[in-house]
Amino acid sequence: MTLELLEGSEAIATSAIAAGCRFFAGYPMSPFTGLLENMSRQLPAAGGVCLNAESEIEGVNMTLGAAAAGARAATGSCGQGIALMQEAIAEAALNETPFVVFNMARNQQDYFQATRGGGWGDYRTITLAPKDVPEAVEHAQLAFHLADKHRAPVIFYGDPLLAQTRIGVSVRPLDFGPLPPKDWALDGTGGGTGRSRQVWTWAMGKATDPGPGPDRHWRAIAEKFAAIDAIETRSEQAHVEDAETLVVAFGSAAKFVEYVVEELRADGHRIGWFRPVTLWPFPGGALAAATAGVRRVLVFELNAGQMLDDVRIHAADRSAVRFIGGVSIAESGLAYGDLMDAPVIRDRILTACSEGGRS
Amino acid sequence: MTVIDTSQPPSEPARKVADFRPSLLLGEHSLCPGCGEPVALRVLLEVLQELDIVQRTIGVVGHGCYGSFVRIMDVDVLQCLHGRAPACATGIKRVRPDCAVFTMQGDGDMANEGLQEVLHAAARGEKITCVLLNNGVFGDTGGQLTAATVLGQRTKTSLEGRDAETHGYPIPVADLVAGLRGAAYVARGAVSTAGAVAQTKRMLRRAFETQLAGAGFSLVEILTMCPTGWFVPASEGPGYLGDSMEQAYPLGELTTWRH
Repeated sequence: MTLELLEGSEAIATSAIAAGCRFFAGYPMSPFTGLLENMSRQLPAAGGVCLNAESEIEGVNMTLGAAAAGARAATGSCGQGIALMQEAIAEAALNETPFVVFNMARNQQDYFQATRGGGWGDYRTITLAPKDVPEAVEHAQLAFHLADKHRAPVIFYGDPLLAQTRIGVSVRPLDFGPLPPKDWALDGTGGGTGRSRQVWTWAMGKATDPGPGPDRHWRAIAEKFAAIDAIETRSEQAHVEDAETLVVAFGSAAKFVEYVVEELRADGHRIGWFRPVTLWPFPGGALAAATAGVRRVLVFELNAGQMLDDVRIHAADRSAVRFIGGVSIAESGLAYGDLMDAPVIRDRILTACSEGGRS
Repeated sequence: MTVIDTSQPPSEPARKVADFRPSLLLGEHSLCPGCGEPVALRVLLEVLQELDIVQRTIGVVGHGCYGSFVRIMDVDVLQCLHGRAPACATGIKRVRPDCAVFTMQGDGDMANEGLQEVLHAAARGEKITCVLLNNGVFGDTGGQLTAATVLGQRTKTSLEGRDAETHGYPIPVADLVAGLRGAAYVARGAVSTAGAVAQTKRMLRRAFETQLAGAGFSLVEILTMCPTGWFVPASEGPGYLGDSMEQAYPLGELTTWRH
């Protein structure tokens, strides 16, 4: 396998295009800007369109339009800009328009935004949180597959390390299996047939071809997300069998935790790690099993404790859960602070271990 | 001179205007008596049919009374978020350049919530046709002040009439759009008289022809009656429109592209 030296943003853009992404619209914001620039540079040659939208609101609505017309489409920003997109993300979940939202976030403070969302209605957003650039390349394609599979918007939760790390990667089209036909997509051919198509959150249908209407439609949407919750969880773990301590982390932080845990393991500590790969659906069943025999569950994330809620909900014994993360931002506001460092994480883990735990 | 014999019952039952509807209308509308929006919908659908683009047209409909047309227009439709129709239409047109793409928006949708969208879509020269149904009030919510409400108009949020000191001046969307280079065809019509309806239909036709020729962005603003929102009897709507809105928003073509 030949590796190509690419910056994360370029690798992710290349991978999205390899997945068939043909429309992208975004608004510059660090550290998302690199992805937008790469899309702008690469999409025309692939027969696609990239628009520098007038704001994040228009960017996501352009993307919704392109996706409703059947194209693989994506938008992106960092958490601050994705805050502006919440209305359209909720709308897309409710009117079943599949597209991908690349959150090239500044930090891990968007966990609630990604997994709880800020729009209205009974919806969830599938959220992928890759730990490094090679996995980001895979997720950039998996995100489109999951979006099309479930007719729902999918969030790719990246960060400055994924956007700006230059690393050797291989980008080629990945096959995740068959997908249903997009026979619902608007292509204009339904006009005058008496059964013209409609993409509508209220799903009331046409006078001659009534739809389910909001009550039945929104209950069906809720059931769809319950079904996704049951089948699409992804997680990774190591050294769980004999672990007294389990450290839970996601995204880049999990990569650091994995490194530190291997170090501590080599020093003779009975410690393991657990990483939710999908933040929603949260791999609660896997976490419950992984935490069944441990004395303490340590949660490390670069925020004030957001995934902590999900760990407490799903851990075998929530009294064993300790938070060892925290808010940590660089002076620029655009990158992680001092906490994202292996020696610091090691100290926090060892301190928590010395403070005991569940007996 | 033809004399109609009224001494005998008619040979066939009376028919309503709705019975002469274009085939793209799937049913009757459910809007208020005297509303102008169904007339605008009707001429729009007639134009699609006459241009023979019915099976390659995608509509994007915003939020207002006309939103209910989604159920009765036999056209592929995205019902989008309030104000965002030109952005959604941009995405659709860019991935389906062979389709005719139009938006249907009210003045609340386009001049209030979505002014940015329509201006940027026009400046980009998006090859879409935006249809603004301007009745000068938020009709769907019962008659409140919009950015397009004319001075002096009483609404539920300007009870003594719109005065510039308190509420500012109305925004003439078509005039703003006409000043942008990407706009290839901009016109303002009305549906208050038979003549205006015929003129509006010609404007819609030219707007779609502009789009199909790839010349750039097109917009047709249509002044429509909202007697309910204006607090006037239904029968007085057309006359009231002529006395109030039409004085602030003169009818005619503002920008026409050169063939």
